[in-house]
Amino acid sequence: MSAGKLMRDGLWDNNIVFAQLLAMCPAMAVTTSGTNGLGLGLATTAVLVVSNLLVASIRHTVSSQVRIPVFVVLIATLVTIVDLVLNAWLHELYKVLGLFIALIVVNCAILGRAEAFAVKNTVAASAVDGLAMGLGFTFALTVIGLIREILGSGTVFSQASALLGTSFAFLEMKIPAWDGALLMILPPGGFAVLGFLLAGKRAWELKQQRAARSAASGCTLPDHASA
Amino acid sequence: MTAEIQRRFTLESVREKLPYQPLLLGTVALAAGAALTLANNATREPIAAAEAHDMQMTLAQVLPSGIADNDLLQDTLELPGPQAGSTRKIHLAKKAGAITGAVFNVSERGYAGEIRLLMAVDTDGKVLGVRVLKHSETPGLGDKIEITRHPWITGFNGKSLGEPAADKWAVRKDGGIYDSFAGATITPRAVVKAVKGGLDYFATHRNAILGDPQ
Repeated sequence: MSAGKLMRDGLWDNNIVFAQLLAMCPAMAVTTSGTNGLGLGLATTAVLVVSNLLVASIRHTVSSQVRIPVFVVLIATLVTIVDLVLNAWLHELYKVLGLFIALIVVNCAILGRAEAFAVKNTVAASAVDGLAMGLGFTFALTVIGLIREILGSGTVFSQASALLGTSFAFLEMKIPAWDGALLMILPPGGFAVLGFLLAGKRAWELKQQRAARSAASGCTLPDHASA
Repeated sequence: MTAEIQRRFTLESVREKLPYQPLLLGTVALAAGAALTLANNATREPIAAAEAHDMQMTLAQVLPSGIADNDLLQDTLELPGPQAGSTRKIHLAKKAGAITGAVFNVSERGYAGEIRLLMAVDTDGKVLGVRVLKHSETPGLGDKIEITRHPWITGFNGKSLGEPAADKWAVRKDGGIYDSFAGATITPRAVVKAVKGGLDYFATHRNAILGDPQ
């Protein structure tokens, strides 16, 4: 598989949140603001890349019988190290993400990529897959977070300077005369936003398929879109 | 013969044998343990330094500027805590050697778990400042107790046990003087109770806190 295809898969076609509907727990819990979504997405990406790398490099040594406990130990170790490192050297970011770092352990998408991809593919392809899936996850969390933040609190990227440094303070905005509808910050708001986003993605894909079919009509090539 | 042994001990065949499984798991656990030990050793000091820095920043927030010229992290006192058998650490604010105030943690059960606060009291038992250290209240409702979201918490500054009177140490809904937030009464009620508890504690242990800490 080419790197381009892997990237497209992770970011859109097979996106962890928008297509696989995995990792709902962190996706719903953290996305009360765009900054939170971005922060957890980037931390998860780092863990995904390294865990895919490790799993792919030991894939011949690990027997299928004990592969799951081995992967779980690897992922838990990685997340703990990321937690310690963030706490020690990126303390401000750690205070923003706090509890959610430890929750990356139970993010089923990480074990999912280890099982579905890294254990069957080369180290390089697995690293690219981890990066693509992680960026797709970051993209999804940031979009959901931003929508919920705008509708629920009336702000855009609040506390971005705590996450990215003071040079990114320009991202922080306040929407005038709108304090937000609280529901969007609470868990139901997360599900509502995700539902509308999924419906939108599906509608767009159906339109693409229809366009592809009408373009291919009269042609003997198999219908790729419905395969 | 060697070819025979080699054939029998290829990775593919050994991998399926029973003894291989615990050996593999044990090796992985050992490697993970070693990696965690290394990471823990390398980060212990930076984490302790970062937490001390955090504590210093919060101490500076609850104490008005100019009230202390000592290192509050060093000048501490261990006293019996509010529950039997517990201890409470009191940070003493000193100016030119004389005690000007005391800083300590208080906590109370809020709507969703414990709310931990840091409060500073001057020698007359007046609140110098209160800040939330940790809470898990509802975002958008109860989190207005954080200074970054709402100035509500500064309403305690200058209050003491006599001012307002004991029955006014409550949220407005309960006949007191403190505002509560729309949709969240339990959270401010818990904070008011915690601060009042802190002042009661200070009054009870006033002599021990202000006396010679040696």
